[in-house]
Amino acid sequence: MSVPRIRWHIIVFLAPATLVYTAVMIFPLFNTLRLALYSEVEQARAFVGLENFHTLFFDPIWSEQFWNALGNNFWFFLIHMLVQNPIGVALAAILSHPRLRFAALYRSAIFIPTILSFVIVGFAWKLILSPIWGIAPSMLDAVGLKVLFAPWLGKEEYALTTLALISVWQFVGIPMMLIYAALLSIPDEILEAGEIDGITGMSAFWKIKLPLILPSIGIISILTFVGNFNAFDLIYVAQGALAGPDFSTDILGTFMYRTFFGFQLQLGDPHMGSAVAGAMFAIILVGVCIYLFGIQTRMRRYQL
Amino acid sequence: MTRNKLKLALATLGLVATGAQAQDVTLTIESWRNDDLALWQQEIIPAFEAEHSGIKVIFSPSAPTEYNAALNSKLDAGSAGDIITCRPFDASLALFEAGHLTDLDDMEAMNNFSDVAKSAWQTDDGSATFCVPMASVIHGFIYNADAFEELGIEVPTTEAGFFAALDKIKEDGGYIPMAMGTNDQWEAATMGYNNIGPNYWRGEEGRRALIAGEQKLTDDAWVAPYETLARWGDYLGDGYEAQTYPDSQNLFTLGRAAIYPAGSWEIAGFNAQADFAMGAFKPPVRNAGDTCYISDHTDIGIGMNAATDNPEAAETFLAWVGSPEFASIFGNALPGFFPLSKTPVELTDPLAKEFVSWRGECESTIRSTYQILSRGTPNLENETWGASVAAIKGTASPAELGQRLQEGLASWYAPQQ
Repeated sequence: MSVPRIRWHIIVFLAPATLVYTAVMIFPLFNTLRLALYSEVEQARAFVGLENFHTLFFDPIWSEQFWNALGNNFWFFLIHMLVQNPIGVALAAILSHPRLRFAALYRSAIFIPTILSFVIVGFAWKLILSPIWGIAPSMLDAVGLKVLFAPWLGKEEYALTTLALISVWQFVGIPMMLIYAALLSIPDEILEAGEIDGITGMSAFWKIKLPLILPSIGIISILTFVGNFNAFDLIYVAQGALAGPDFSTDILGTFMYRTFFGFQLQLGDPHMGSAVAGAMFAIILVGVCIYLFGIQTRMRRYQL
Repeated sequence: MTRNKLKLALATLGLVATGAQAQDVTLTIESWRNDDLALWQQEIIPAFEAEHSGIKVIFSPSAPTEYNAALNSKLDAGSAGDIITCRPFDASLALFEAGHLTDLDDMEAMNNFSDVAKSAWQTDDGSATFCVPMASVIHGFIYNADAFEELGIEVPTTEAGFFAALDKIKEDGGYIPMAMGTNDQWEAATMGYNNIGPNYWRGEEGRRALIAGEQKLTDDAWVAPYETLARWGDYLGDGYEAQTYPDSQNLFTLGRAAIYPAGSWEIAGFNAQADFAMGAFKPPVRNAGDTCYISDHTDIGIGMNAATDNPEAAETFLAWVGSPEFASIFGNALPGFFPLSKTPVELTDPLAKEFVSWRGECESTIRSTYQILSRGTPNLENETWGASVAAIKGTASPAELGQRLQEGLASWYAPQQ
């Protein structure tokens, strides 16, 4: 007949994390979304509904920049998916080979760039690729391929791809580590059973290991997606807030920064900036939902 | 007894503490001139503190490209310094209108400045002035005098002479004819377009006509500078597309380039870095005998954070900045930043003297995009950066660029519609 006791300890244990997370993440997120619905009219904040989003998507000046940034963002993501993740999987497969020597050394060496600051990575690569002081032109010259060198970061057609590849270089360690862990968790019995059935070498990778690490690859894809659509630092460090040349490296993050905080003579507009941030949030949300409901639920899982 | 002693000790401590507080009013200056940190700390601030005991001054600069964004956030959050270094025109006007800057019209030191000097920090109707004008910068070209002598090149005064000199340097092959890159974009607009442009649009005449809507960016006077810039591309170093601003400075001071399209703010740095003789020439005129126009741009002002805790001390500091004494220290400590006060300042640096002498020979103007025209979206100044880069690289024709800029400006600026 007794009333169920309130289990206080649950609340007490959850409270710190919930409060901190609410204060530094959830509240700012919703406040930013709210800010997007206002505009400044004669020094006073006025509610304008979806006006800012209308400007962003339909005003030719704004929409041109927005679609340009979104398109560049997709290209940035595509390079990561096509280069970073396959290389990460391949590296993990090689590293997990039992007879590879110095595996720990390679693993650390490949992972180290991940812990470097964007500022260092951006600056170092800018110097490496500099046509004046860089070592890239002289290295190419040494093997007689100087003709292949171009001032990549300064050309509209190469700059974004170059930056995406720099980012791949920096972060290839993350998919490698996750896949490596997934590969190690595959029990030897399964591989041995496969061997008895005549599946060895490469076909063991394609037919046994790959299906078993697919869920990990899915997680990596979604992490890459979120990371790329939130990217800002590398572009800002390497090319500045105007994301030159001629906005060819402008992604949603730099576009948002420029709009929100202003740049040089352009004054910041927190309301339009919030609208851009809102659009970024929506894009990421949609992408994550497509993955969660469209892909992850259909993925086959194997009990190991 | 012991308790009384304790009380006494506490009271003494309190007295000492308040005494120290009264002595140490600390003023923090927000600025984007991180290059000048040493000069402020070693020359300007000691000179002020020597005369005004009781006020301590801290110069706290941030990176130029981040300054506006950082300052706006700090002001909104209430954590900005007491003294604000003012960008010219709209950036500061917006701060004043938002109540972040104090109206300084009543300050006596303001009478030391001409109306033109104050115009960059006034409301459109001129009713309030909110920053003390500090310095202007003059555009031109700095050249490697040793290289010119070695190659037997005369200092060019006309455009034809300028390109003839560039051809000669290129032919010799020992020097990069001109040190400029397009990676950071602003040099192309600031040291390119707005450097040579006033000779085309006849300085103030064209600039005012553009603001009044009587001229358009598609007019020949505004498109022709892009045609000239398009010819520059051939004379810049290999890979100039990825060459940054510091790269260009280093190329010139290491003696690898012969001509540097400059602003006078480079003088101090170049004097310290370069070990060859340098000279300067003003933007060449189109035909011999034409009136010359120079960009003498009001660049730095200094104002008071309206939310400061120490308004008296801040005002004392600003009054000192407005005095001829400061102008003399500043003008000589930072050759290339020319004081705007009415009292002429005797400069000692030969390169700075050369730059400032053009004020007597040519008509002065300011950068065309700064007043009023960069108020809307798209921002004309930022668009001009992109357009100047495109002109140099040849990715768009000058006529197309003029057309694009005019459409952008007309989209929000009523007199141009």
